[in-house]
Amino acid sequence: MARKRESPEVNAGSMADIAFLLLIFFLVTTTIDADKGIMVQLPPWSDEPPDPTQLNERNVFSVLINANDDLLVRGEPADIDLLRDRAKEFILNPQGRPDLSEKPTKAIISLKNDRGTQYDLYIEVYNELKAAYDELWEEQSQKMYGTSYEDLPTDNKKAVRAVIPLVLSEAEPTDFGDE
Amino acid sequence: MSHFKKKRGNSTPKISTSSLPDIIFMLLFFFMVVTVMREGERKVQVTVPQATQLIKLEKKSLVNTVYIGKPIKKYQEIYGTQPRVQLDDKFAKNLDGDIALFLEKHKLKVNEQLHGAIITSIKADAGVTMGIVTDVKTALRKANQLKVNYSASPNTDRMNTGL
Repeated sequence: MARKRESPEVNAGSMADIAFLLLIFFLVTTTIDADKGIMVQLPPWSDEPPDPTQLNERNVFSVLINANDDLLVRGEPADIDLLRDRAKEFILNPQGRPDLSEKPTKAIISLKNDRGTQYDLYIEVYNELKAAYDELWEEQSQKMYGTSYEDLPTDNKKAVRAVIPLVLSEAEPTDFGDE
Repeated sequence: MSHFKKKRGNSTPKISTSSLPDIIFMLLFFFMVVTVMREGERKVQVTVPQATQLIKLEKKSLVNTVYIGKPIKKYQEIYGTQPRVQLDDKFAKNLDGDIALFLEKHKLKVNEQLHGAIITSIKADAGVTMGIVTDVKTALRKANQLKVNYSASPNTDRMNTGL
């Protein structure tokens, strides 16, 4: 008698519930935004004090952030909103001014902070300086290859970076502020 | 016409829910693909600063993360409110030694040829001072781990105009 029945259909109604359960689990554990950040190449550690080679002053763009979170560019108080453009002008020196870098390959950006400096301000300044280089690379890439820097193959990227090398040196921080 | 009338006489037709599981499954797969599992317990409060010149960390297995921030409420009684460094799921006590050990441990899990490509992601709270960050940087330099990524979130109100 029972054998005569048609095979019963599997009830798929609860499938949605099961899927919902899994869905909620993944919703909760998800962190969508992938890790992003500013890439930095640290200098190798050496126990010897750095070489006190005297650099030509015009080639150094010194940026100082003190413990009170004040920004000093080349010894004078400066506005962070202008930092990117000033850095770009310093590196390229399109007008050949005597107080800016001789040529992009000689330009050095020196960044110094205090142990009491706020981290987010430091990142903001670093970001602006990095942005200056990124924008210069983009312009240079347009000039040399007519395409965006990001689309270039690695070799061409290197060629662009050889024209405008990123030289961002960080001095040992001072120790005036409260941590 | 009579054909249609006949149907209308019946009770309201039920909406078919048989495609519901498919829709849910689609969502499920989406979230499964984009999910990054939370790794371990976070013992410090971290709100990363904002920036624009960001680079995405591609290979998760080549990244190790150092957290810097104030201990969360639960641990404030023991560890105080000063910013601390968290490695794996422990607070670091002796920075130089602990970071070197932490890096070595991570290296064991990575193919030897790829050791040069290991990136350390520093996830520091926007409110910490540079002192502790500098200490971590010094420790990383001493351990010869020079590729570093300052973790930051994209800044929406000051987007990059030049690119």
